[in-house]
Amino acid sequence: MNRVTFTLNGRSTVAVVDPHKRLIDLLRDTLGETGTKEGCGEGECGACTVLVDGRAVNSCLYPAPEVEGREVLTIEGLADSRGKGLSPLQQAFLDNGGTQCGFCTPGMVMAAVDLLRRNEHPTRADIQTALTGNLCRCTGYVQIFESIEAAASATNGGES
Amino acid sequence: MSSLRHVGTSPPRPEGGDKVGGRARYIHDITVPGMLHGAIRYSDHAHARIRRIDTSRAEALPGVRAVITAFNTPEIIIGFMGDNPVLKKDKVRQFRDELAAVAAEDAETARAAAELIEVEYEPLPGVFSVEEALAEGAPLIHETDRRGKPLSSNRLPLIFGHDSGDLAAGETAAAFVAEGSFSTPLIQQSCMGTAGALAEFDSNGNLTITAKTQIPFLAQRDFTKAMASLGLKGCSVRVVVPTLGGGFGTGLDTHVYEYISILLAWRTGKPVRVLYNREQEFAYLSPRQSTESRVRQGCDKQGRLTFRSVEVVQDNGAYASWGATYPSVMLLPTTSLYRVPAVRFRSDIVYTNNTYCQAMRGYGNPEVTLGIESTLDELAELSGIDPLEIRRINCNQPGEVTPMGLKVGTCGLAECLDRAGERSAWSEKRGQGRATSRGIGISSLIHVGGGGKIYRSDGSGIILKLDDYGVVHVNYGGVEMGQGLHSAISLMVADGLGVKPSSVIVNQTDTATCPWDVGTHASRGAFMAGNAALKACAKLRARLFEWAPRVYGDLVAENIKRARRRDGDFDPGFTEELLAKLTPGQFELLDGELFPHGETGLPPLEDAPWLKVDLGRFLRAVHFPRAGGAGTVFTEEAFYEPATELPDWEKGYGNMSASYTYGCQAIEVEVDQETGQVTVLKLVSALDVGRVLNPQTLKGQVYGGIAQGLGYALYEEVKTEGGRVLNPGFTDYKLPTASEMAFPIELEFVETDDASGPFGAKGVGEPGLVPTAPAMANAIQDAIGVRIRDLPITPEKILDALAARDGA
Repeated sequence: MNRVTFTLNGRSTVAVVDPHKRLIDLLRDTLGETGTKEGCGEGECGACTVLVDGRAVNSCLYPAPEVEGREVLTIEGLADSRGKGLSPLQQAFLDNGGTQCGFCTPGMVMAAVDLLRRNEHPTRADIQTALTGNLCRCTGYVQIFESIEAAASATNGGES
Repeated sequence: MSSLRHVGTSPPRPEGGDKVGGRARYIHDITVPGMLHGAIRYSDHAHARIRRIDTSRAEALPGVRAVITAFNTPEIIIGFMGDNPVLKKDKVRQFRDELAAVAAEDAETARAAAELIEVEYEPLPGVFSVEEALAEGAPLIHETDRRGKPLSSNRLPLIFGHDSGDLAAGETAAAFVAEGSFSTPLIQQSCMGTAGALAEFDSNGNLTITAKTQIPFLAQRDFTKAMASLGLKGCSVRVVVPTLGGGFGTGLDTHVYEYISILLAWRTGKPVRVLYNREQEFAYLSPRQSTESRVRQGCDKQGRLTFRSVEVVQDNGAYASWGATYPSVMLLPTTSLYRVPAVRFRSDIVYTNNTYCQAMRGYGNPEVTLGIESTLDELAELSGIDPLEIRRINCNQPGEVTPMGLKVGTCGLAECLDRAGERSAWSEKRGQGRATSRGIGISSLIHVGGGGKIYRSDGSGIILKLDDYGVVHVNYGGVEMGQGLHSAISLMVADGLGVKPSSVIVNQTDTATCPWDVGTHASRGAFMAGNAALKACAKLRARLFEWAPRVYGDLVAENIKRARRRDGDFDPGFTEELLAKLTPGQFELLDGELFPHGETGLPPLEDAPWLKVDLGRFLRAVHFPRAGGAGTVFTEEAFYEPATELPDWEKGYGNMSASYTYGCQAIEVEVDQETGQVTVLKLVSALDVGRVLNPQTLKGQVYGGIAQGLGYALYEEVKTEGGRVLNPGFTDYKLPTASEMAFPIELEFVETDDASGPFGAKGVGEPGLVPTAPAMANAIQDAIGVRIRDLPITPEKILDALAARDGA
C-alpha cells in the first residue's frame, strides 16, 4: 500500500492506496467522493474527467500514486460552499439544459472548466473539439454547447 | 385546474442541481454497511450442454462469502415467456448465459473467484442467423416450452399480424409499386450509467432492491414471484429506484443480474450489489433487436397509396424479453403512417444463439419506418411527384380512424411537413444531387402519444401530499431517467394546484410509497403523470376550498391587524363581515397564495394585498385549529387509466393510445464519393407535441433522440460472430460525439392541444430518433443516386453501392 499526499479540491489530503489502483478508485472508493463517474474504464467516454495540476485527465487511466504532491480538482471542488453550491459554469449547465440523466455531466463540466481556462471565449467549433472525448447519450450535446457558451459569455471563463 | 403560469416555461429541472454538482446518487454510488459485491460467471460457449460446474477453487478464495449455481439454489425462471433460468443447469444458449455467481468482500475478489469456477461443456452446434435458425433440422435453442411441452421450431409462438382492406385490389389499383428488403442492426442502448442492483433482506425476509429499472411495479411483481421460490412467499418486495444514468428501454424487463443480487443477498444474509462495467454492459446486457424486413407498397398516378405490405423477421437471440414484442409497435407505422386503404403485416420472431435482445427507444418503430419511408421515396420517383408532396397527398388527418383502429384525434402532420419543408428550404435543395453530391431527404413518423396499452392496465397512480409549509410532495411510480419527467410533473402540479414549481418536490420512486404505475415506457411518463396529477389536484383544491371559509377570515383579520400596527389609520376598505360570507367556490389558489375571487364585494387584489394568505399558513391554521376541534391534513391520490384498448395482436387491431404523436425530419447531407463519408449539413425536426410543457427539456429530448437516430443511421452496430460480441466498448462501437453533432438543428413544435393530454400535451419521449435513419437514407439517395437499405449506412456500403451503380 502507498501513502499519497495531495491537494484535493483545495484541501490537503492523505490517503493510503493500493499502488495498482486508479485515481478514480482513490476518489470514489477510498475518499467517498462519488461525483466523478466511471462510464467505460478505458478512457473513451470522459465521464471520469478531473483536473490534475490544472489539466484534464481521465481518472480511470491515471494511476492513483501519481497524484503525490499534485493538485486534483473534481466536480465537488467547483462549488461555492457559501452560495447555492454551484459554480457559474455548473449553474449554466443547469440553466441551459446541459444535464439530462447527469451521468456524463461531472466529466463534461470538468472538460469545460479545462477548455474555459485555456480559452475564455471559445467558438462552437472549439467547444465541439474540446468535448469530443466526452460521450453523452441523452442530450445530443446541443444544450451542453449552449451551456458552455452561456457561461463563457456571462463571465471570464465561468469560474469567477 | 388554475391558470397556466408555469407550464410552457423552463425553470431549471428540479433534480438538475444535484446532477451538475456531482451529488446525484446512481447505483454505483450507493453502498450500505456490510455490503458484499457480486460477480457473475458467464458461459464460454454459445450453445452447449453443461456437464459439470466445479466451484471449489472459488469457494476457497479468501474473502468469498458465497458461490451459487443452479445446483445449490432454488430454480427461478424469468422472462414473460418463462424461458430464461437465472442460473443455467442443463445447457447454455448464448455466450452471456449465467452459470454461477459469487458474493465477496470486495469486487476484485468476486471477479477473481468467478474466473476460478471450472465448467465442463459438451458443445452443441449453434444457429447464429434467422436463416440458420429456421432451416430444416436446425438445432433447437429451446427443446421445450415453459410447461415442458416439446417444441419443434425456433420460431417464438408470438403472433402479430394485420390484414385490412383488399390487398389484391390495392395492387391492381397501383400505377406504381416499390419494394425492397431492409435490415437494421443490433445496437447498444449505451446508457452512460451502466447497469446494477443492490439487494438486501430484513430479518423478516422482506426484500428491498435498489434497481436501475423503468418498471418498478412490474419488477416488484417479478421479484415477488421469485420470492416464492426462496420460500419467502408472503414477504414484501420493495423496489427503490436510484438516479438513473439513462434508460432508453434497458429497464423494461427485470434482468438476471438483479435476481443474482437477490439470491446472493438471500444466501449470505448481507446486502449484495452487482454492477456491470462497460465491457460487461456490451457483452451481457441485451441490445436492441436486429430486423430484416420486406416492404412493398403502391400508389396510383396521383400518388395516393393503394396498398402496403410489411413483413419483418427479428433475430431475438436466445431468450425472450419484452423486446420480442417490437411488432406490437411496428403495427403503428405499418397501418397508420399515411392513409393506406389496404394493409398487410406479418412478423416472425426467431430464437438464435446470439445475445438476447430487449427494448430500446422507438421499440420496433424505426425498424419498419425505414422501409416504409424509403419505398415511399421510390414511389415518389416512379410517379414523378416530389417526395414532400407525396407525403402531403397521403397525410394523416385529424379525427381519422386508421386501419388498425387508431382514433387519431389531433394530428399536426400536415403542418409539420409544411414547416419542415420551409425551414429546410426543401424546394430549393431537393434534386440538386448528382452534380453537387448534396441532397435532402425527409421522413415522417407516428408514435403513441397517450400511453400504449400492452397490459390490461395502462394506468398510473399518484399521491400528492401537502405538508404544513405549503410544499407539495409528489409520490409517482414512474421513473426520471434524464428525460425531464420530474420537471414536467413539477410544472403541471404547480399549475394544476396553484403553487410555485419550487414548492413541488417529486420524491424518489419507491414501490413502498408510490401507487402503482405500469412503467416509464411508450413515451407515457409525462402524459400519464400529468393526467393523474390533474385529477389529484382537482380533489385537493376542492378540499382546500371547502376548508377555506372556516379559517380564512381569521387569517385575513390577522393581516389587517398587522397592517394597523404599522399604520394606525389603515382602513381595509371593507367590513370583515364580508369575509365571513365567503363560500368554497369563491376561493382561488395561485402560486401558493389563497385569496377570494369572483363577486365577493371585496376590493380587487391589487388594491388589497392583505387578502392573500400564504398556503403554508393556511394549512397550519387548518391542521391546528385555533377554535379547537379536529383539524385536517391534505393528501389526495388519483389513478388515471386512459380510455384505450388492448389490441388484438393477431389481427393488429385496437386503439392502443389516447393520442398519437406525428412529426417529420428533413436532413440535408453531403456525401464524399471518394471516401463514402456522409456529412450532415442541416437537420430540421417538426413534431406535433400537443402542448409544450417545458421548452428546454422538450428540446433536450428531441436533440438527444436525433443524436441516437444519427448513430442508428450512420455509425452504430454491435458486431457478433458465432454469437460473441466483437466490439464490447466505445473504442470499437461508435457513438455520435460532439464532433458528429456539429451540424445545425432546427426544432419546430406544433401545438395541437389534444383533449386527452394534460394541458393538451402528447408523449414525445421516443419520436426524436424514429425518422432520422429513413430521412438520412432518402437524403443520401438524393445526393448520389444510390439507395442504402441496410443500417448503419457506413462509408463502405456507400462505396460498394457507388461501385455497383457505376459498374452496372
